[in-house]
Amino acid sequence: MLEMSRIQKIYRTELIETHALRDLSLSVGDGEFVAVTGPSGSGKTTFLNIAGLLESFENGSYVLDGRNVAGLNDDQRSEFRNRKIGFIFQSFNLIPDLNLYDNVDVPLRYRRLPAAERRARIRRALETVGLASRMKHLPAQLSGGQQQRVAIARALAGEPAMLLADEPTGNLDSAMAHQVMDLLEEIHAAGATIVMVTHDPDLARRAERNIHLMDGRVALEDYSTGAADLPPQPADRERLVARA
Amino acid sequence: MFNYNVKLALKSMRRNPIMTALMIAAISVGIGVCMTTLTVYYLMSSNPIPHKSDVLFAVTIDSWNPLRPFDDDYPERAPHQLTFHDAERLIDVGKGIRQTAMFESSLIIEPAGEDQLPFEVGARVTYTDFFPMFDVPFLFGSAWDRSADTNGEPVVVLTRELNERLFGGADSVGETLTMQGMRFQVVGVIDTWEPTPRYYDPINGGFQRINEMFIPFSLTRVLELNSTGSDWGWKSEDITSFEQWLNSESVWVQYFVQLDSPRDRDDYVTHLDAYVTEQKKLGRFERPMNNSIHNVTEWMEYHEVVANDARVLVGLSFLFLIVCLLSTIALLLTKFVGKNSETSLRRALGASRNAIFRQQIVEVAVIGFAGGLLGLMLTLLGLEGIEYLYEAPPGLVNLDWLMVTTAIAIAIASSMVAGLYPAWRVCRIPPAAQLKTQ
Repeated sequence: MLEMSRIQKIYRTELIETHALRDLSLSVGDGEFVAVTGPSGSGKTTFLNIAGLLESFENGSYVLDGRNVAGLNDDQRSEFRNRKIGFIFQSFNLIPDLNLYDNVDVPLRYRRLPAAERRARIRRALETVGLASRMKHLPAQLSGGQQQRVAIARALAGEPAMLLADEPTGNLDSAMAHQVMDLLEEIHAAGATIVMVTHDPDLARRAERNIHLMDGRVALEDYSTGAADLPPQPADRERLVARA
Repeated sequence: MFNYNVKLALKSMRRNPIMTALMIAAISVGIGVCMTTLTVYYLMSSNPIPHKSDVLFAVTIDSWNPLRPFDDDYPERAPHQLTFHDAERLIDVGKGIRQTAMFESSLIIEPAGEDQLPFEVGARVTYTDFFPMFDVPFLFGSAWDRSADTNGEPVVVLTRELNERLFGGADSVGETLTMQGMRFQVVGVIDTWEPTPRYYDPINGGFQRINEMFIPFSLTRVLELNSTGSDWGWKSEDITSFEQWLNSESVWVQYFVQLDSPRDRDDYVTHLDAYVTEQKKLGRFERPMNNSIHNVTEWMEYHEVVANDARVLVGLSFLFLIVCLLSTIALLLTKFVGKNSETSLRRALGASRNAIFRQQIVEVAVIGFAGGLLGLMLTLLGLEGIEYLYEAPPGLVNLDWLMVTTAIAIAIASSMVAGLYPAWRVCRIPPAAQLKTQ
């Protein structure tokens, strides 16, 4: 599904160059549920932005769903992003004056789907997250957990190849966070590929695989759920980097 | 997608009602000022009789002072009007398909009832050809017979308004009214007719109302009618009687002729030349031969019915519109900055730059449309003001569908132009820029 090889990303200002990703190589298979963890500044968000075609990268190659995305122009990236990727953001990112139906409709509008198909997909996605009965409500009328479920419905409605979740429970209390995670696990169980960025070890343990980033590289990969002790202790840091 | 963008535009406008109102106000004021001046210019410069403007001609012959031209600024020009006796002779000869001499005068109407006071009305003293030449519509009756043109018969054609005043709007054909001690028979009442500009008499004001009644030219001698319009003289003449005045070299009669073909026109100018040659033998027309005919469009340009001031005013009002649009650009930039996070989100969810650009342009077009509608109302107010300021007849300066459409089109197009830069700015927002901070 996702194959990154020796990806580099450097942010430049007049005074400083920041190497956000240093020869990052990783892959995610079809139907996998992968958690990406790491301390602040480790490159998690940059990785997610590049994986989601929101940002470009300097060197290396990135193949998503069988297509090398390095050479795509802005319009092609937009279209590919729309068709292949569903985003779930930490702060939900719902449009406040659109009701739930219209929020879920946003990515479908840019795919030029027939109205009937859009209607069916929106209803199905909202039913999946248990909010079909509230489709005319505004986001402000929902709890945080419900808003995140709407964001998940929006991501699902496009029937993407991969879901990218950026700290999906970061703005929720623990009860709601578990509800959202339960939902993500259900979606994964139905066959979806999910890449979730989180700094919460408990949530990361619920993924099938854990990829730990540090200083823009993969520091640790663990296929046994919950095997990685996160975050790494300073004493472990040198060893982990050496392994990468 | 257009409908979707319109829906988003309306939501966005509701989201910032004050800013939206300011933008609509800026555009509407610009459009209002622009359309007011443009409408006045359009009315002034429009062809009031497009189907006949090429066959109706004002006649000028140069009977002026041999020592200096009629108009020092335009020495090639003959006087705008004819002497009474030249006009009468040209009418006698005919030669045109139709022709009329005319001037403005005024008469006192003496009402039949003793409780009503006499009142003065403006009259156009003319020939019966006036009515078919200028396509004057009749409500009741018709123009007078040709015999009235030669026999000085006391007949009159009333305007609808005067007929309303005198006879309560009823069919007054056959009724009589007394003027200057003479009983006139009403032969016709014309329907509403307000050619704008008043092309057959731009000399006495292209935007004046038509006269309230029409009487035969042949009554000039009978009633010793004086012109209340413009008259010019160059010769010192000892005038002690009305007949001497009619035979003087003063020019105060307008003359129009209908000539349907180019050959008719050539023949007519030849006829004028022959007439002037004959008059030269009698010691008149001492200036070089300078006879010409001017079609309606040429005649209005000749008299600068559309003043240069009007053109300058239109230019200035468009500059004002540009200033309003610059204000709108500033407001749009502020508004669109507030939409950065939504734009960033839409980009992340698959909207291309073009899609974002179109969304913003549709929004400014909707704002422009609203500004155009409000601007039209301001235009109507502006036109009312102009009518009041220039004491123009009510309803003379009006918006027609062409101007309404033009106003809306200018409002939408100009607001879209104003929105280009803000829309371009907003569509350049990277998709990842605001997602973490929203």
